[in-house]
Amino acid sequence: MSDATQSGPMLAADGTPLKKSLARSLRRRKLRALALVAPLLLFVLLSFVIPIISMLFRSVENGIVSETLPLTVVELQHWDAESGELPDEALYEAFVRDMVVAVDAKQHTRLGTRLNYEQTGMSSMFRKSGRQIKRIDPEADGPFKDKLIEIHEGWGDVDTWRVIKTHAVPITNGYFLNAVDMQRTPEGAQAQPEDKRILIKLFGRTLFMSLIITGSCILLAYPVSYLLANLPMRASNMLMILVLLPFWTSLLVRTSAWKVMLQQQGVINETLVWLGFVADDARLVIINNQFGTIIAMTHILLPFMILPMYSVMQTIPPYYTRAAKSMGATNWTTFWRIYFPQSIPGIGAGSILVFILAIGYYITPEIVGGTKGVFISNRIAYHISSSLNWGLAAALGTILLAVVLLLYWCYDKIVGIDNVKLG
Amino acid sequence: MSNDAAFVEFQHVQKSYDGEILVVKDLNLSMPKGEFLTMLGPSGSGKTTCLMMLAGFETATHGEIMLDGRPINNIPPHKRGIGMVFQNYALFPHMTVAENLSFPLEVRNIGKDTREEKVRRALDMVQMGAFGSRRPAQLSGGQQQRIALARALVFEPELVLMDEPLGALDKQLREHMQFEITRLAHELGITTVYVTHDQTEALTMSDRVAVFDDGRIQQLAPPDLLYEEPENSFVAQFIGENNTLEGVIKSINGDECVVALDDGSEIDAKPVNVHAAGDRTKVSIRPERVEFNKDRLHADAHTLKATVKEFIYMGDVFRFRLSVAGNDDFIIKTRNAPDAIKLSPGQEVEIGWLVRDCRALDA
Repeated sequence: MSDATQSGPMLAADGTPLKKSLARSLRRRKLRALALVAPLLLFVLLSFVIPIISMLFRSVENGIVSETLPLTVVELQHWDAESGELPDEALYEAFVRDMVVAVDAKQHTRLGTRLNYEQTGMSSMFRKSGRQIKRIDPEADGPFKDKLIEIHEGWGDVDTWRVIKTHAVPITNGYFLNAVDMQRTPEGAQAQPEDKRILIKLFGRTLFMSLIITGSCILLAYPVSYLLANLPMRASNMLMILVLLPFWTSLLVRTSAWKVMLQQQGVINETLVWLGFVADDARLVIINNQFGTIIAMTHILLPFMILPMYSVMQTIPPYYTRAAKSMGATNWTTFWRIYFPQSIPGIGAGSILVFILAIGYYITPEIVGGTKGVFISNRIAYHISSSLNWGLAAALGTILLAVVLLLYWCYDKIVGIDNVKLG
Repeated sequence: MSNDAAFVEFQHVQKSYDGEILVVKDLNLSMPKGEFLTMLGPSGSGKTTCLMMLAGFETATHGEIMLDGRPINNIPPHKRGIGMVFQNYALFPHMTVAENLSFPLEVRNIGKDTREEKVRRALDMVQMGAFGSRRPAQLSGGQQQRIALARALVFEPELVLMDEPLGALDKQLREHMQFEITRLAHELGITTVYVTHDQTEALTMSDRVAVFDDGRIQQLAPPDLLYEEPENSFVAQFIGENNTLEGVIKSINGDECVVALDDGSEIDAKPVNVHAAGDRTKVSIRPERVEFNKDRLHADAHTLKATVKEFIYMGDVFRFRLSVAGNDDFIIKTRNAPDAIKLSPGQEVEIGWLVRDCRALDA
């Protein structure tokens, strides 16, 4: 062949290098493909990726102290927080100068709120002092140390200055420490007092209950999916409608229905009392606790388990079972050795879906979970909408995201993500 | 039909899926041990249903199926001990080849050493000894076919069923496997029921062929009888190439009859399933038994005038399409021998045949 003797790059018919020629002919197609996905890409970027990144950034961002009290922060560097002595006059003067500016800009209450996350009382201290510091003239009225302590005795407390110094850094790990029941102190990270440690427990509970929910979904969904895949067309279509029916009902309605069913004066308890299985004064407590959350969430997430299982089982041809039986396998052996292994990808896909949905679930635990059955996401929602501690909420969310990714990675290592099929 | 030596026996078996249509109508069949029997027929003729009833995956609506003298209607498939090769091989995708073969032995609680020994022997038997650790997906179609065969034989069943096992293979491989399967079946002395819709496969492999149509066995005979002496016009049409002329019986005289064709000409034929003068009949002649060299015919044989329409050169044979008695698709074949006569289109010839080759069948 003449090509074999030719040295250098392959040439197209018109003499240009073949690679260049190929790239040129493909370029237009690539551009068109890019143009087609561009609107969606832009939408996802603007409405999803960027907000998430900015939210995650809030978990470490902490510019408020150094922005509101720039002079004070500089002075605080000279003060030894370990000495146990109050700072000197220079610092108090810097603080008053900063505060006068801050009060004018109405920034001091925001700073108070921020510091209040770390030490209660800070918010009211800043608000009250603000009003009176406004009347001080930083040029004439010195010295300020005693005046300030007079305005609020908190300024005479070493701990106040320690807190301010500790949280003066612009990028902090404080929120993350709080998220795992620790706090940032001048001596470094330390555990929260016993009575404030709830978040680790909540993380544990969220993971544990999500696992239980995933497990019960597998147990309930497997036989249903099997029927769906193996019944004659008419019957399986009917069953499919029953499976999908919950999807067409509002999530709130379904959750509230569970409330009606499970509460102490609810359908189940009334029936049991009426049948005499349960004494009237010993009605079962099956809602506003973990049990209620597990029941309601298993029901709500069940279709997400059934659908992937079904689509995998549908692809298992019946001749495998026939072949196994013709070789002498009993029904059970056929199921366990032949059918079940081939349905595992469906279980895998359903489990990932249900577990990840469960771990971040919010509405159902909020309604039926009481105090013992709530998830970490309820805590995040609380910090977003009630306590307005967005930094902590962002830190909790970041940890949750990391845990899910970690579990996904473990799953990939153990089961292999190639073994997951959605159909 | 009842026969003491019968190994597999169908007695008046009927099968209906919906209670309205009989898919299998009154099936009677008896097979001696060691026979290779093929069920041949167009799709929907009931042959696969029969196989599935024998395997135990379908139950007979009526009648009795006997295996080695025992009725098996109420025995579940896994207790019948019948080996089976499926159309799409049905090799378990999540097991290696060796595990696939080991499976029927495991469910029989055979010890590990014996199991490994038998698996090895079975793999060697189909020349796949080196492939034990592969997965089925890593094998070609022909290799999967061999493994499926080995798996059906590894637990030494006395009866093996094969449901169109070569359907997915290319022509060359199929011919090779046909030979392999018959060799193994005869060497091991297994009774085999083989289902196919490929008549060449049926003719080359079987001891006997059962031709199915419309839920009935149309003819059950060894391949040569089936081809040369079809008992009705369905079998004549279905097996091999065949020329059909339609007409009315004019007279029957023992082993010979005269048929008046629809255009008025008369031919001699052998009456097979026509009974009296006046019956309508389809006369069947194989293309290679038609003679246009007058010297080879009886002096008093009836002949027909024919016009050559087309000549097709096929290498080993010449094929001519003729117009005979109103039939434009009358085919004759001659061997490409040194003395072969070549006819050219438009030529008029006189054709005839021996009476025994021309069979007057039902209309």
